[in-house]
Amino acid sequence: MAPPAPAPGPSGASGPSTPPAATKAAPARASLLSHSLAKPILALAALLVLDIIFIPGFLSLEIKDGHLYGPLIDILNRAAPLMLAALGMTLVIATRGIDISVGAVVALSGTVAAMLIGGTMVINNGQPEYVANTPMPLALAAALGIAILCGAWNGVLVAGLKLQPIVATLILMVAGRGLAQLFTDGQIVTVYYEPFFFLGSGYLLGLPFSLWVVAAVLLVVGLLLKKTALGLFIQSVGINPVAARLAGIRTATLIFFTYVFCSTCAGMAGLMISSNIKSADANNAGLLLELDAILAVTLGGTSLAGGKFSLVGSMIGALIIQTLTWTIYSLGVPPEVNMVVKAIVVFIVCLSQSTGFQKLWKGRK
Amino acid sequence: MSAPWFTSLVTVILLVVLLAAGGGAYEGFLSGQVMLNLLIDNAHLLVIAVGMGYVILAGGIDLSVGSVLALTTMIAAWLLNAGWNPLAVIAIVLAFGAVFGAFQGALIHYFQLQPFIVTLAGMFLARGLCYLISIESITIEDPLFVAASQTQIPFIGGFISPSAAIALAVLAVAIWASRRTAFGRGVYAIGGNEQSALMMGLDVARTKIGVYAFSGFCAALGGVLFAFYMLSGYGQHAQGTELDAIAAVVIGGTLLTGGYGYVAGALSGVLVLGTIQTLIAFDGTLSSWWTKIVIGGLLFLFCVVQRLLSARSQQS
Repeated sequence: MAPPAPAPGPSGASGPSTPPAATKAAPARASLLSHSLAKPILALAALLVLDIIFIPGFLSLEIKDGHLYGPLIDILNRAAPLMLAALGMTLVIATRGIDISVGAVVALSGTVAAMLIGGTMVINNGQPEYVANTPMPLALAAALGIAILCGAWNGVLVAGLKLQPIVATLILMVAGRGLAQLFTDGQIVTVYYEPFFFLGSGYLLGLPFSLWVVAAVLLVVGLLLKKTALGLFIQSVGINPVAARLAGIRTATLIFFTYVFCSTCAGMAGLMISSNIKSADANNAGLLLELDAILAVTLGGTSLAGGKFSLVGSMIGALIIQTLTWTIYSLGVPPEVNMVVKAIVVFIVCLSQSTGFQKLWKGRK
Repeated sequence: MSAPWFTSLVTVILLVVLLAAGGGAYEGFLSGQVMLNLLIDNAHLLVIAVGMGYVILAGGIDLSVGSVLALTTMIAAWLLNAGWNPLAVIAIVLAFGAVFGAFQGALIHYFQLQPFIVTLAGMFLARGLCYLISIESITIEDPLFVAASQTQIPFIGGFISPSAAIALAVLAVAIWASRRTAFGRGVYAIGGNEQSALMMGLDVARTKIGVYAFSGFCAALGGVLFAFYMLSGYGQHAQGTELDAIAAVVIGGTLLTGGYGYVAGALSGVLVLGTIQTLIAFDGTLSSWWTKIVIGGLLFLFCVVQRLLSARSQQS
């Protein structure tokens, strides 16, 4: 596939004399294709092209009440919780970990928020009006606090007790939903308080508010990783934890905080989901979200073996999953097919990452 | 202290304590039939936990078992309604489970993919295939399946179902194979250290693929037993069973890093989970979601104990 690299030596030695245009363009194209984001972007583009061809009005955007509406906005809006979960999962996976308790944390934080806010009807000036049971900022803080606690619990088990990440987070995955159901007595909690709905279905400057939240988190984390040594530290822990520790990096603290961050993101996703559906269902909220998040991260080119990661890649991965889901729904294919398609995508992505398969593929040619 | 029998002993003591607590608190808790019902209600889980035990001993994990169970109930119900012979149907779904597992094992071994992610995809695939067959639950009215769900086999002072008998037979064979066959020893060797197993000249490929094939077979057999129990095929059957099976294996004293533990631990693990459920059912005031919380707590306890024990054995 890759075009032959220009012969080293002579052309380099000839210094500033301009090489033929062809040899100059070829490596540029090669590096573009071999960029880690090339594959996910191409996959997303292919999906979008498919949609443009088969779904009439896919690109249509209209402005109603100063808000943008359209299939593209819809996909972005629905992808927001998954994007948040994938952001947190990226850092955990970058340190060679995995967090399968994300769905349970979504259920817990959504439940806590919904229970604390609830909504009681009062008659104000003859108008029925709903007021929150607990002031909303307090309720949101409590929900996020629970999520942070969950993350700290996972972090202590993984970084402190040195349990395998999958086992450590399995504990919360099993018990978390049980706890959420204990809080709600097994009932679905409905929220009636208007301002809470803004989080999941409100608009800011014409765009869904949830997108702004995702963008803000992405920006803050992205800057932290790029502008400080944090990104480098996380990468080195993922590549070789022992070497990283010997080099003076506080690996345990670092790993602890990636789990806290992951759970916090999951908590925010839980708030978004429960705000969007105006209720919290401890049994079904965020069900299998951890798997979608892991899938998004893998699709985005992050290696499950740790060390190599891309936040933007994970965002694209999440968009691929949501676009795929959306496409399947709107093509009129039974939504159940979704899982089969996802499974096949995972198989293909894993195989394309495996060195064994690459050798087999090259050997054939 | 760190010998495999120690953690297994802890599980057995835990089981005895749980049973004694139940017997002390609730009248009739320790009656023979209540104990046998533990086996009857959890026959499918026991079979799956046996398969999972092998996978975990070999240092892997299989997240697809719950979905494969659901898929086999679905295929069985579908074929039975199409008028197929029930014995042929059972043979087909068992073979299907083994092939499904072997396929995952081959991907894991030959392409060095993580078992976690491959079986995760397998989980999606199997659940998705369920819904391709039907979104609704399909009732099974086949005489053989109905007979299997209603027959009572006399067993020490009570009765067990044919499913429980099959599960116990599978357990017995699996225990024997783990101790007495080359395959069983190979599983322990690979779980202990795959590199050394390979250098010792063990057929790592065959053992590893075999382990996943066996787990798939057990999942399919669990599906047949579950179909006996529920007399229906449904895509939502046994959601989260893979977690119960992993929990049972861990509580049964097997180390999740592989190579350490007993296949028999699956029985004690399943019985502990079953006893907790029965305790909650007898209490009547506790909600069923307490089961999940207690299982989570037990998982935590056992993981920490295992961690401390292995840390100590490394130091000494």
